[in-house]
Amino acid sequence: MSSRDDREGVVTELVTDDEPALVEGLKAGDDAVFAELVNRYSGAMLRVAQLYVRSRAVAEEVVQDAWIGVLNGIARFEGRSSLKTWIFRIVSNIAKTRAAKEGRSIPFSDLGPNEPAVDPERFRGPEDRFPGHWASLPSSWARIPEERLLASETLTLVEDAIGKLPPAQAIVITMRDVEGFDAADVCDALDISESNQRVLLHRARSKVRRALEEYLDAA
Amino acid sequence: MQPEPELTCAEVVELVTDYLEGRLPERERDRFDAHLTACDGCTAYLEQMRATIALSGRVPAPDLSPDLKERLLEAFRGWRASG
Repeated sequence: MSSRDDREGVVTELVTDDEPALVEGLKAGDDAVFAELVNRYSGAMLRVAQLYVRSRAVAEEVVQDAWIGVLNGIARFEGRSSLKTWIFRIVSNIAKTRAAKEGRSIPFSDLGPNEPAVDPERFRGPEDRFPGHWASLPSSWARIPEERLLASETLTLVEDAIGKLPPAQAIVITMRDVEGFDAADVCDALDISESNQRVLLHRARSKVRRALEEYLDAA
Repeated sequence: MQPEPELTCAEVVELVTDYLEGRLPERERDRFDAHLTACDGCTAYLEQMRATIALSGRVPAPDLSPDLKERLLEAFRGWRASG
């Protein structure tokens, strides 16, 4: 396990460290560099695009338009953000425009309904000696075997739970927790405020946790 | 100085993202930590939240269709030829 983690660490480092070389390669029209970037990011771009436009075929067109945007803009890319963040800003803007054309606007200022993170029924009522404390405690997942936690069925459940979120929440949690962008990069790519980003993330994570709890506790 | 009232579990679950994001002001964070040391339920909740984040990071990316890949490479060749 530890050797695998080490290798992942090296790969992560490589991804950030070789960016200047990739930018130069792209500017120079190096097809191996383009193929490498396409392999690295297109799956994630497709996933994000699909949260805006829903249909796979349209999402593929968005990804294609985004790469054309990347190529047309690369000469002006100055590295103020990382290449990856810049690419995701492009795909996000194109997907947003495309969604709007299809009558599906994604307002990031609309944070969704202010629902509690946890069903209020789970807490003791105001007449109790300990109001607002757990009435039914969450269970520890530490004893769930790893192969069950990481089973494709569990991961599909997570993916479906994300797919059912309001789009702005789904996009933020996908960029943060699925793709591993940090908060500042997500705000930059989606052009949203840090506090809105955090509220969207909170609502999204709370709902995904809830879906996982229902699934894992049912066993 | 008035002692801070203790956080309830219902409050903790709404602060958990701010806590994990390092966005709680120091005094709030101290109250949050104090609550955790005394509350198994919220400790389990925080652990569930961390597991949720980790599992989201394990969701595999969709596969690119060979057709899309080919279209992208074609777009690249077109861009290079025009540049």
